[in-house]
Amino acid sequence: MKNFKLGVSVAALVMAANAAFAETEITWWHAMGGALGETVNEIAEKFNASQDDYTITPVFKGTYEETLTAGIAAFRAGEQPNVMQVFDAGAATVIGAKGATVPVQDLLSDNGIDFNIEDYIAGVRYFYADSDGKMIGMPFNSSTPIMYYNMDALAAAGVEPPKTWEEFQSTTAPALKEAGYIPLSQSHLPWIFTENFHSRHNLPFATNNNGYDGTDTQILVNNDAIKAHFTAVSEWKENGMFEWYGTGWGDNQTPFEEGKVAIWLGSSGSFGGLSKKDLPFEFSATLLPYWESVTTEPTQTFIGGASLFAMAGKSAEENKATAEFFRFLTSPEIQYFWHAETGYVPITNAAYELAKSDGHYDRAPAAEVGIQQLSLPGGDNTKGYRMGFYVQIRDVMNREYGRILTGETSVEDAFATIEKEANELLARFAKTQG
Amino acid sequence: MKSAGFTTRWLPILLLVPQLSIIAIFFYWPAIYAMQSSFYLQDPFGFGSTFVGLENYSSLLSSSEYMKVTRFTVVFTALVTFFSLALALLLAVKADNVLRGAKTYRTLLMWVYAVAPPVAGFIGVMMFNQSWGPLTELARSIGWDFKLGVNFNDTASAMILVSVWKQVPVNFIFFLSGLQSIPKSVREAALIDNRSSFGRFWDVTFPLLAPTGFFLLIINITYSLFDTFGVIDTMVKGEPGNNPMTLVYKVYVDGFRGNDLGGSSAQSVILMVLVLALTIFQFRLVERRIHYT
Repeated sequence: MKNFKLGVSVAALVMAANAAFAETEITWWHAMGGALGETVNEIAEKFNASQDDYTITPVFKGTYEETLTAGIAAFRAGEQPNVMQVFDAGAATVIGAKGATVPVQDLLSDNGIDFNIEDYIAGVRYFYADSDGKMIGMPFNSSTPIMYYNMDALAAAGVEPPKTWEEFQSTTAPALKEAGYIPLSQSHLPWIFTENFHSRHNLPFATNNNGYDGTDTQILVNNDAIKAHFTAVSEWKENGMFEWYGTGWGDNQTPFEEGKVAIWLGSSGSFGGLSKKDLPFEFSATLLPYWESVTTEPTQTFIGGASLFAMAGKSAEENKATAEFFRFLTSPEIQYFWHAETGYVPITNAAYELAKSDGHYDRAPAAEVGIQQLSLPGGDNTKGYRMGFYVQIRDVMNREYGRILTGETSVEDAFATIEKEANELLARFAKTQG
Repeated sequence: MKSAGFTTRWLPILLLVPQLSIIAIFFYWPAIYAMQSSFYLQDPFGFGSTFVGLENYSSLLSSSEYMKVTRFTVVFTALVTFFSLALALLLAVKADNVLRGAKTYRTLLMWVYAVAPPVAGFIGVMMFNQSWGPLTELARSIGWDFKLGVNFNDTASAMILVSVWKQVPVNFIFFLSGLQSIPKSVREAALIDNRSSFGRFWDVTFPLLAPTGFFLLIINITYSLFDTFGVIDTMVKGEPGNNPMTLVYKVYVDGFRGNDLGGSSAQSVILMVLVLALTIFQFRLVERRIHYT
């Protein structure tokens, strides 16, 4: 009996102690599968080990689209996570829904954490910001399209990686073809050949300051520069200088890994994965080519990938935990760790400096290409774009580009269709905000 | 004669309640909600919304792309239904003739039934892999440069093939048991009247199989319209691109991928009306010509 009483009091004491030192628990929904997901888990573990007050639990929710949809459904049911990863194309949806998220800049300053947008590298800074330049989402896995090349293939053909598309067309591609390679493939036509095509050449992509200043936006995709580009691309395909393996990302990357394709346009975030695969050739990377006929002063590209949003409707205590997690995440050490493991760019200048001083780029020069390209001179049209229903607009682009490349439609008709359907979608999105 | 019945009025109602509430919660409520949201354009998070009347419907009906998807759905449904039924009937008639080892054949032919649609789609993706798929190589050997996910018609053929493959076993089971329930005396009488087995099939067996066939027709149309979702989703690898898709898949693409709740609701209401019309048509017109024994 005495023992029983003792047991009860010990149990009560333990429970009281637990309550007093209870950690604030927060959740993080993300779309990082495979090796990336493991790195995400490692970051969470590092955060949990770094202090005793907060615990973060990462949960993998599937693709980017699935994560966003799951987050929306959860929000409507009042069960939203504290942190949600939203990809570039979904940014307008989540930023448009004022009240769904707490702007990251407010979250940090309300919790006494210093925030200076100038600390972030130029290409990353304003992509997830509002029209006044206030940062709404915390850039997380930020990448930019770059050009990977098979060094053995280029050596065999006796060419250098092309700086311009003119050079590719006249010199590089014919030599690579002669050497028995398919000269070029790419993995994301809307991202690489459309969005970043406009940024690289500093062309306006949409009205309203690329869509940042309002919702009555019109897309400006039906322009001569991009139509000339796609005309060239489909000619390359005819001549065996370019191959398209469908809309899927991996289907276009695989032939490069197999050594069939000599030059592949992919994400700077693909670097980590490519280095870990034991490829049968040496590869490197460099800046995305540009058309000299369009501009002689090529500009920076903007980021793709995704950012982290702090969801609204959480207690001050949990928001504090989220803010502390963001502070931890943006620290130079963690950014450098993420950058080195995955190939995604470090988002702050301090992390970039740390990677440089640590000699990361001496060991792997190609790892620096993404950040170099994001740090090129900017222009009026290079900070990003903000368009609603953009997932569907991308689907329209993919559909029409596929039709161009399989000869089902002409470049002229395809861009007219994209312009018409995108503007209809933008008008519909404007009404959802009313 | 006194008919059996309940002594109280409440007991039957009580017994019906679980079933009715399931129908109400999982069918009527979402259906009404879909109808309501088809008249709005709303922010997916639920903050803003605008009443747009019939705009969601009119923009669908004026969209050439929606019409293309509709046409593809009709062709897809017709081909999948036809080939699933025809192949299953052929196999069932042949299996019915075999006496020895019949059970083994039956089991082997039914096996595929256990494969889930997404798994079937995934097997299709592997078989038609662009660089090493065995069926891609087979197509190449006859001079067909098959490209899954690139060429519209190639992708459509692969989807139809996988969907048919997946559905044949179900039809086979039903046809076989239908065949085996035809009385021996009828068959023997037919044997005396007509020596041609082909003629006997069309004059005697086929009409007697009609009830089974009609039931399967409905099941197969429903399957092609709705259950092939998993096959299509895996075969387009989550990227619609320029690939073919059915109306049901488009509801998902616009609603769950694109977060356009209003437009996607309007599409599902159109589908509901379509299914209702199809059902009425089938039962009113076709069933009159079928004679149940």
